Amino acid sequence: MHALATLLPVGAPALPLDEAGKYVAAAFIVFMVLLVVYVAIMAAKLQRIEKELRELAGFAENRAKGEEAAPARDEVSAR
Amino acid sequence: MYGKGLRPLSIATVVAILAAFSLVFFYAPLDADQGFIQKIFYLHVPLAITALIGFVIGGLFAIAHLRSGNRKWDAYSYVSIHMSVIFGVAVLITGSIWAKASWGHWWVWDEPTLVSFLIVFLMYATYYPFRYAIEDPERQARYASVFAVTAGAFVPLNFMAVRMAQSLVHPRTFGTANGGLPGEMMLVFLCCLATMALLWVTLVKFELTAKSASGQVKRLRRALDAPAPGGASRIAPEVS
Amino acid sequence: MTPSRTAFATILAKDLRAELRTWQSLPAMALFATTTFVIFRFGLDRTQLSGSLASGVLWATLLFAALLGVNRLFVSEREEGGFDAIRLAPIDRSVLFSAKAAALVIYLLALELVAVPIFALFFLGSAAALAPLVLVLLLANLGIAATGTLISSMAVHSRARDLLGPLVLLPLVVPLMIAATGASEPLLAVGGPGYHRFGTWLAVLSLYDLIFLLVGYAVFDFLLED
Repeated sequence: MHALATLLPVGAPALPLDEAGKYVAAAFIVFMVLLVVYVAIMAAKLQRIEKELRELAGFAENRAKGEEAAPARDEVSAR
Repeated sequence: MYGKGLRPLSIATVVAILAAFSLVFFYAPLDADQGFIQKIFYLHVPLAITALIGFVIGGLFAIAHLRSGNRKWDAYSYVSIHMSVIFGVAVLITGSIWAKASWGHWWVWDEPTLVSFLIVFLMYATYYPFRYAIEDPERQARYASVFAVTAGAFVPLNFMAVRMAQSLVHPRTFGTANGGLPGEMMLVFLCCLATMALLWVTLVKFELTAKSASGQVKRLRRALDAPAPGGASRIAPEVS
Repeated sequence: MTPSRTAFATILAKDLRAELRTWQSLPAMALFATTTFVIFRFGLDRTQLSGSLASGVLWATLLFAALLGVNRLFVSEREEGGFDAIRLAPIDRSVLFSAKAAALVIYLLALELVAVPIFALFFLGSAAALAPLVLVLLLANLGIAATGTLISSMAVHSRARDLLGPLVLLPLVVPLMIAATGASEPLLAVGGPGYHRFGTWLAVLSLYDLIFLLVGYAVFDFLLED
């Protein structure tokens, strides 16, 4: 308990409430912004994965259809 | 399966953040010396503790990787360190805001904990160029684990050395006048700490899930012999 | 001698012989240090240094000169298959770590033998601080050798190896620098050597050395895996 107290330094001057409020607000806003930016980047990543999955699904379906249709597909895949 | 449990974890994290912030602003008493500025510490210190523990966890995963050779531990190690570096950015920014509010400068060398954290952050920031410079993926993973272990050993040494250096320049007294933290403050602090830890775990899980999905897509692509879209990531380990 | 000790002696002797024959590291390190001192003379616009300035200039210069030696430490192993030889030999692979670290300690000692007297000549009023400074130098050398060998052995396998080594090594040696300068600053004070917290800083240096020598020795095996 006491050890944790040493992590909260005291002894620096206090500011009037309105000025102090700006800084506290800034700190919490920075935190929220970082969090939101991170979630946005994650969302973009997941969208890209979804897109690739759709592409791959389409590719696989096309290939399945192609194999049904023509026997000369061996040339294409060998390339 | 990494994605399991993500939804409840995320909901719990959001609830925890809202609850913790409410406690900070509506329940925690005003600090006698620092006034309203002190509220920043409910954000700054839990972030810092979480980041540091995250680095240690990264080191532990690295040890597991070295001993088992299983690359999944390397992925865990990478994500742990990655997340702690991101938390570290938040620590340094909130620390700087506190410094400006308390001392009038955007950075002060008076706070040994903040200075130590800066050095630790700089150390782990080299993790990325280090990984990127090693091309062979298996070797990259091994060396990254060695880095994580070495850096893990470095953290406590660094905090000790910086703290010792500071007292020569600027003796500081910590804690409140009566030598401890009032009960309500301690409660709010612990809630914030738990919240940040929960946030860290949730985001790590998110990263691992995204990586795993990416890895599965790659496997699928290889199995189907489909053409690849563009350059693959060279520094982030793959998860399948 | 046990096979490990033979290997240790062989690797160390090979390194020293190569250095004595080609002189690829030591003269460069010594010259670099001397020129850096001159740069500091003009950069700080001072002809006499004492206390924290003297300590800072000395240790910063030694550290950057050491980086030159660290960069070249494993180049011959990389180019001539030394790593493979160790892997195949039926000995404890960490012996490569000990031998290389020992070589680096010797290079650093040689560097300091030249650079420190020159530093005293350029900037110090008296040589009184040099004797206790030796103790600090010895302990710091061990720490730089331990971390330098570990990082260098990995950096040599990377692209841009000359960049990567210093990049990763510099933050890693910050605690060592803090302790070394902490011990040296009172030694180089104007009125004559002081010993404020000398023992404490030496203890910190020793702890640093111990930890990183152990870490280096323990992980080196994993570094050499195929």
